[in-house]
Amino acid sequence: MSFALLMFFVLAGLAVLGALALILQRHPIHSALSLILVMLSLAGLYLLMGAEFVAAVQIIVYGGAVMVLFVFVIMLLNAGEEERTNFSKLASVAGIPLALALAGVIAAAIARGSGHLPSATNGELTSTRELSKLLFSEFVYPFELTSFLILVAILGAIVLAQREQN
Amino acid sequence: MVPTSYYLILSAVLFGLGVLAFVFKRNIITVFMAIELMLNAVNLAFVAFSQALGKSDGEIFVLFVIVVAAAEAAVGLGIIILTARNRRSLNVERVDLLKL
Repeated sequence: MSFALLMFFVLAGLAVLGALALILQRHPIHSALSLILVMLSLAGLYLLMGAEFVAAVQIIVYGGAVMVLFVFVIMLLNAGEEERTNFSKLASVAGIPLALALAGVIAAAIARGSGHLPSATNGELTSTRELSKLLFSEFVYPFELTSFLILVAILGAIVLAQREQN
Repeated sequence: MVPTSYYLILSAVLFGLGVLAFVFKRNIITVFMAIELMLNAVNLAFVAFSQALGKSDGEIFVLFVIVVAAAEAAVGLGIIILTARNRRSLNVERVDLLKL
């Protein structure tokens, strides 16, 4: 077994373990820490594939900024253990068959199409220079639009979260 | 060398676990984390395809998805704070004003 394959199984196992822990933990702060584990192992997988810039952004933006925001809100709202409530009858009857059907459709699509694809880990790094050239030439309008999106998001967050003054 | 299908299967598994968490969790913050998990699973598939086809477009898409996810997290958590303040609960079962 090659080193890349070994690393893939270790990181994939960590990611799936973290996702399972996200579901099984009852306290939101534990779920948040499990999600950080998933994001860090995904960053490792990106590095394994050679997407170094995406791996760095994944750690800085997801592992850093977004998860800090989550943990901050959990602490701000003093969220405790999850309450237990009854599941709806429709969900308990139709939920598992529908989830299996979704898994089957995705598995069939992968099995049908993946034979033509070359290996994803070809050992070549995508250079950040190439990525930035693409971002600032071909994708420059979407890139500029994201700045507008972030501005609207900031305004929305401020408007939503501020206390009403009567 | 890791075949691309392995990455796609991992992506599908993570997405499925995200859907499960979205359906099963009762805490509104954890439900929101499930959405982030699904976005991450899709990002993994994007990067795998991008590397397999030797084109960088997929990685650009991932950057845009991350930007949208960050903006969504800011607005979504604002909504969660507002809901928690009005309902005095984080349980999604108690946010049912539209229910008959």
